Amino acid sequence: MSDASISETSSFIRRLADTGAHQKLLAFASLILLLVGFSIASPNFMQTSNMLAILQATSVNGVLAVAATLVIITGGIDLSVGTLMTFTAVMTGVVLTNLGAPLPFGILTAVLMGALCGACSGTLVAKMKIPPFIATLGMMLILKGLSLVISGTRPIYFNDTPGYDLISRGSIIGHFFPSLPIPNGVLILFIVAITASYVLSRTVLGRYCFALGSNEESMRLSGVNTDRWKIAIYALAGGIVGIGGLLISSRLNSAQPALGLGYELEAIAAVVIGGTSLSGGRGTVLGTVIGALIMAVLTNGLRVLSVAQEWQTVVTGLIIIAAVYADMLRRNRTA
Amino acid sequence: MSNLVTMLGIEKRFPGVHALKAACLELQTGEVHALMGENGAGKSTLMKILSGVYSKDAGLVKLMGSDIEFKNPRAAQEAGICIIHQELSLMNDLTVAQNIFIGREPRLSFGRLDEAALNNGAIEIFKLMNLAIDPRAIVGSLTIAKQQMVEIAKALSYRSNVLVMDEPTAALNDTEIADLFIIIEKLKKEGVGIIYISHKMDELKQIADRVTVMRDGETIGTVDAQTTSTDDIISMMVGRELINEAVNIPDLSDAPIVLEVQKLCRGREIRDVSFNLKKGEILGFAGLMGAGRTEVARAIFGADKLDSGTIKVHGETVSIKSPTDAVEVGIGYLSEDRKHFGIATGMDVRANIAMASLKRFTSKLGVLDETAMQDVASEYIEKLDIRTPSDRQELRFLSGGNQQKVVIGKWLLRNSEVLIFDEPTRGIDVGAKAEIYKLLNQLAELGRSIIVISSELPEVIRLSHRIAVMCEGRVTGILPGGISSQKEIMSLATRRSD
Ligand SMILES: Nc1ncnc2c1ncn2[C@@H]1O[C@H](COP(=O)(O)OP(=O)(O)OP(=O)(O)O)[C@@H](O)[C@H]1O
Ligand SMILES: [Mg+2]
Repeated sequence: MSDASISETSSFIRRLADTGAHQKLLAFASLILLLVGFSIASPNFMQTSNMLAILQATSVNGVLAVAATLVIITGGIDLSVGTLMTFTAVMTGVVLTNLGAPLPFGILTAVLMGALCGACSGTLVAKMKIPPFIATLGMMLILKGLSLVISGTRPIYFNDTPGYDLISRGSIIGHFFPSLPIPNGVLILFIVAITASYVLSRTVLGRYCFALGSNEESMRLSGVNTDRWKIAIYALAGGIVGIGGLLISSRLNSAQPALGLGYELEAIAAVVIGGTSLSGGRGTVLGTVIGALIMAVLTNGLRVLSVAQEWQTVVTGLIIIAAVYADMLRRNRTA
Repeated sequence: MSNLVTMLGIEKRFPGVHALKAACLELQTGEVHALMGENGAGKSTLMKILSGVYSKDAGLVKLMGSDIEFKNPRAAQEAGICIIHQELSLMNDLTVAQNIFIGREPRLSFGRLDEAALNNGAIEIFKLMNLAIDPRAIVGSLTIAKQQMVEIAKALSYRSNVLVMDEPTAALNDTEIADLFIIIEKLKKEGVGIIYISHKMDELKQIADRVTVMRDGETIGTVDAQTTSTDDIISMMVGRELINEAVNIPDLSDAPIVLEVQKLCRGREIRDVSFNLKKGEILGFAGLMGAGRTEVARAIFGADKLDSGTIKVHGETVSIKSPTDAVEVGIGYLSEDRKHFGIATGMDVRANIAMASLKRFTSKLGVLDETAMQDVASEYIEKLDIRTPSDRQELRFLSGGNQQKVVIGKWLLRNSEVLIFDEPTRGIDVGAKAEIYKLLNQLAELGRSIIVISSELPEVIRLSHRIAVMCEGRVTGILPGGISSQKEIMSLATRRSD
């Protein structure tokens, strides 16, 4: 073979590997393996009600993880997704319950508040050059505190807003196909994921997400206003977290101001299991959703097998390390 | 012809460095203007001011007669000034076409990308350049030479009036350079003004119309490139005469063999490579880009795994599984891509020089002896003439050539018996080059054994006591140094196996 054709073929093979197809496949295979394993171990596992519970449990973490994926692809990290979720829920509670506004205003509040706080984090990172870890750590605490202050540390209930709980717990799909009572929360997760996936692969915003994570300086030298795009990406992620805030408060039919801490780490875990590189530049939303599913299946399956809660946490930790290690092995082989 | 760009009295200070002292430059339309000077003379800095990367402290920049001041690279681009930076600055995770059009993606409605138009645009530019690169290839998977071509394609795609090329040919082979020169001629006819920075003297004669020489941040003068002799230009650059040392090949017939490599294999890259290296010998490795020379070096150094083969040091078979093992048996490696593998850009000169020999500076309790490190660093800064305000300067603030000298200092300090230099003079000016040659010869005289990988044939011929030529992963011949001609080497370097 000539020089050129050798390098052509090898670059083609690399491209295949580089699209992340491998890692998604790996994650997907692990998911199937877990499902098969648990259903053999326990007959209760595969029941429809249990499957629906798993999906329902994935929805909130899934949405937060999609938001975290965007930020992580830029080479950043967002520690504030958990408490931001709570903050948007509390603000929605204020607008709907305390001010008595109609439902659409509540939804708008959650998304806009999320986007606004995301833009704040983005500004801290882009303009003030504060490392994302620190900036979002600060935001995480600020938002946790604000949620408690605004709510007076008491939950805000949505009893006066009929239908609020249906956002997450109702089932439009079940209405049309009674045999498929998939909760709206899951439907919303999939809509969010598909949209985010489209944005990442097909739009300018998505392109700059990868470019920022790959080589920000080069992007700046190419004349792109990197600061503005970074803020936009953090804002988009914040808006998605707002949707997560709606989901969780609708599921609990209340905004719980003390909730939220710890959700950010679960979201990041899902992103990492899904094969997105923490150093930025690579990643997929599909992988993240599979990652979130793996975590939910694991938690649920271990519970069905009556494994103690403490051990569930240990297993989750092991899974994260194994997932990242598998990814590195693959990368070393193709590199 | 009319004046396109005028730069007058440009001043620039960095912390501890007066990088530009009233520097001047004048570029006309349709001109190739070479900018020459030793490492650290301020060439890149001047060009970064022109292209909006840095702001100037004082001075005047005029574009077609009117004063301009660019706030950022985008403003410069919009005014028609485009630069190819000295350091490769591509986004490795993105495809070729995505890199070329970053910031100017063809869009559909709602911010959606027109991927087809993007790829077609890239193909068109490559056609212009007579190149076959897949626009959908991920940039990180390309060779350095191809990446450089992508940088050039990106610059051309702006269709600017002023094009600055900061050492564009450092990673290119002869055919690629020839193709680039054809493109430059074409642009010149279209009236584009080109500022061309290079340390390669022969390129100057081939394409430049005028040369401006800089030294220590000042403009020494502008002369006609064709009528001025190379020696005159060099003496303008260095401000002193350079003595070309004659090659002096020692008799090594009785010298013991230090390193012996037998039947190394690794995939397609290294096929059955055997050679030996004697004490005090400089063994050159010649070949085209991608011939497998770097791969051999990396394999010996333990950076990549071998499929098979043995490595003997002083007659004993050693097992080198990692660079740590290699350093332990006395092998040092200076990577061709120093930015990624050779230096810690965020650490200072002192730490970088001491990096491979920290044991020497560590007390029993694990505390580092900073004073001793400082002494040694100062010694090497002087010995290698490293231009830096102090040994505490972070490496990222040093010019490319000076960074290279720091890496050399690091391995010299480590006292490695076998030193592998991969493209040691890439991006290094003539003055520093001569110093590095002298240094290598001194090291050999002191009994160190040296492998030099170089794509510049005159360099290999001048330096080496023996020359191993590689082609497609095989050693196709070992020639005596000094007397071998470039033609002989090239015929071995292109001896395909099929
Ligand atoms: N960002 C920076 N901060 C501090 N010092 C700098 C910075 N950039 C350049 N310098 C210093 O300014 C001087 C000029 O550097 P410059 O990169 O312009 O040299 P050069 O002529 O391009 O050299 P080379 O041929 O090695 O590329 C050097 O002493 C360098 O160390
Ligand atoms: Mg330079």
